[in-house]
Amino acid sequence: MTTSEATALKRKAIEIRKLTVDQIAHLGVGHIGGSLSVVEILVLLYYRHLNVDPQNPRMPERDKLVMSKGHAGPALYSVLADRGFFSTGMLHTLNQGGTNLPSHCDMNRTPGIDMTTGSLGQGLSAAVGIAIGHRLQHLPGRVFALIGDGDTNEGQTWEAAMSASMYGLGNLVVFTDYNKMQIDGPIESVMKTDNLNDRWTSFGWFAQRVDGHDIVALSEALERALAEASRPSMIIADTVKGKDMPQIENDYKNHNMPLTAEDRERAFAHFAMLEEALR
Amino acid sequence: MNYKTTRADGGVANAAAVNPPEMREVYARELSRMAEEDERIVVLDADLMRANGTATFRERFPERHIDVGVAEANMIGVAAGLSTLGLIPFPGTFTCFAARRAFDQFFISANYARQNVKLTGTDPGVAAAYNGGTHMSFEDIGLMRTIPRIVICEPSDPVSLAALLPQIAYRRGSSYLRLHRKPIAPLYAQSEDFEIGKGKVISEGNDLTIIGTGAIMVAEAIRAAELLAGYGVSTRVIDMHTIKPIDEQLVIDAARRTGAILTAENHQASTGLGSAVAEVLTEHFPVLQTRVGVQEEFGEVGTQEYLQKRFGLTADNIVERAHQLLARKAARVL
Repeated sequence: MTTSEATALKRKAIEIRKLTVDQIAHLGVGHIGGSLSVVEILVLLYYRHLNVDPQNPRMPERDKLVMSKGHAGPALYSVLADRGFFSTGMLHTLNQGGTNLPSHCDMNRTPGIDMTTGSLGQGLSAAVGIAIGHRLQHLPGRVFALIGDGDTNEGQTWEAAMSASMYGLGNLVVFTDYNKMQIDGPIESVMKTDNLNDRWTSFGWFAQRVDGHDIVALSEALERALAEASRPSMIIADTVKGKDMPQIENDYKNHNMPLTAEDRERAFAHFAMLEEALR
Repeated sequence: MNYKTTRADGGVANAAAVNPPEMREVYARELSRMAEEDERIVVLDADLMRANGTATFRERFPERHIDVGVAEANMIGVAAGLSTLGLIPFPGTFTCFAARRAFDQFFISANYARQNVKLTGTDPGVAAAYNGGTHMSFEDIGLMRTIPRIVICEPSDPVSLAALLPQIAYRRGSSYLRLHRKPIAPLYAQSEDFEIGKGKVISEGNDLTIIGTGAIMVAEAIRAAELLAGYGVSTRVIDMHTIKPIDEQLVIDAARRTGAILTAENHQASTGLGSAVAEVLTEHFPVLQTRVGVQEEFGEVGTQEYLQKRFGLTADNIVERAHQLLARKAARVL
C-alpha cells in the first residue's frame, strides 16, 4: 500500500466515523462505541479488498462479510451507503419503525448485508457455512467475518472455530474487534480473554495481532491472511471502543448510549482536526 | 373400520409388514435420491450420522455431508450460512438437541433470518427409550410451534415420510421434521398422496375423532379405534402428519361430524398437537376435547413399551379416555 493510498483510506475512515456519529446522534441513542472501533477494518475491506457490486448486492460470486457483532450495524451502514448500496439519506432512518436499517444487521432488509446477526455468537457459524458453501459451489469469493469481545465469550464461537479448522477453510478470514470493553465493564472485570492469539492458534487458525486502527498494519495482516490456503485466519485487531470521540473513548458505558447534537458537534470538531492533520 | 382399504397394497406391503423398513433408512435413501438430481441438497450431522442413518448419504456424497462434531448450535448456524447461498441444508440430531439445545440458533439464524434450514429431530419422546430422560423430548413440538411460519411434520410411516420429504425440501422456509428412526410397517399404499398441511383420514366414524401424530401414536390410535369398535363406538381416525400449519378445515370437519375430539401424541399433552387442535376448535367449532399425551412429567429410562404405558401413550389409555370423553359428550348433549 502506497502512502497516498493509506492516506486516502485514513480520510475515508474519518468520513465513515462522521456518517456513523451523525446517524446515531440523529436518532439520539445507539451502539456508538463498538461501531467506531470497527471503522478501519470495514474501510480496508470495502474500499480495497471486497469484490462487491452496489448495483448487484446479491451477485453470487461476491465476497461476503458476516458482521457477527451485529450491533455495529451503524458503522457498516455508513460504509454501504457511502459505497452506493443505498442513499446516505437513509442513514437517518436508523431504528425508526419500518426502517431498512435496524439496530442489528438484517440481510432481508438492508442491501449489502450478507447475514442476519445480532444474537452474539451466531455469526461465525454462519460464516463457516458460507465458506463451506463457497467451496461446494466453486465460488471464487472470500468469506470475511467480524466478531467482538461478546462473541468471544460465546461458546458457539469456539464450536465454529473448531469446525473452520476441521474443514480447512482457507477462504475464511475473521477479524476480532478487540476493544476489550463489554457492556458490564472492561474484559478484565467481566470475562478475561488473555492470550487470545494463542487461543486461536491452538484451535488450528493462522492468528495475527495488529493495531486495528493502523490501516497499513491491518492491510499487511490481511495480505498474509489471504495467502493462507488451507486454514482459516484470525486477525485480532487491537481497537479502542469509541475511537476518535475523545469524550467517550475507552469508556465501557459507550456501548449503547445517548448522543446529543452537542456530542455530535464535539466529535465533528475532532474529526476536522484529524482531517487537517492528514493534509 | 375401513382403514385396511387405505393401507399398503398387496405383497409389497405384506413383505414390509413382516420386515418393516427403518424410518432412518427411508430418510437417508430419499435424501440421497433428491441429492442425485439436485446439487443443492446438503446434509449436516452432529456426531449422530450412524444413529440417524445419514452415514449412507455421506458415503455417496462425501462433499455434501458435513459433520460438525457434538456442536448442535454450530450445526444450525453452518446450515443457515449454507442456506444463504441457495443450498438446501438438512441438519439432523436427536429431537432433544434439535429443539432444546439449538433452539435459539434455529430461531434466529434459520427462521428470523428467513433461511431455508430443514431441521430433523430423531427419536422423539419415548422412542429415546434406553437413552433416558436427558434424551427424551416431550416439548420439542411445543418449542417449534412458537416459531412464526415454520412447518412441523411428524410422519407416521415410511410411505408418508418419503412423500413429505421432497415437499419439505422444496417448500421455501425452515422446517422441523420429527422423525421416528426405527422400523415402522407401512400404513399407506405407495400410491397414496400426501400434502404438507393436509391431514389424512385413516378411517371414518361418527362418535368421536382420534387425531394422532407420529409413528407411535397413529398406530396406537388405529388400535384404539379397533378396540372401541368392539364397544360399538364408531371412531374417525386422522393422521395429522403436519402439526404446523395445522389442517384447520379437517379439524373443524371432524368436530362437526363427530362432536368430540381426542388428540394423541408422543409429547406433552400441552403445547403440541393437542394444543394446536384446541386452538382451532376454540376459535371455530368448540366441541369437547381430550388430550392424550404426557401429563407434566419429564422423561425417564426404559423400553419404549414400558414408557408408553408409564406415560399413557397406549391404545388402552386412549380407549379409556375415549369412554370418558364420550360420557361427557353424552351428558352435555342431554
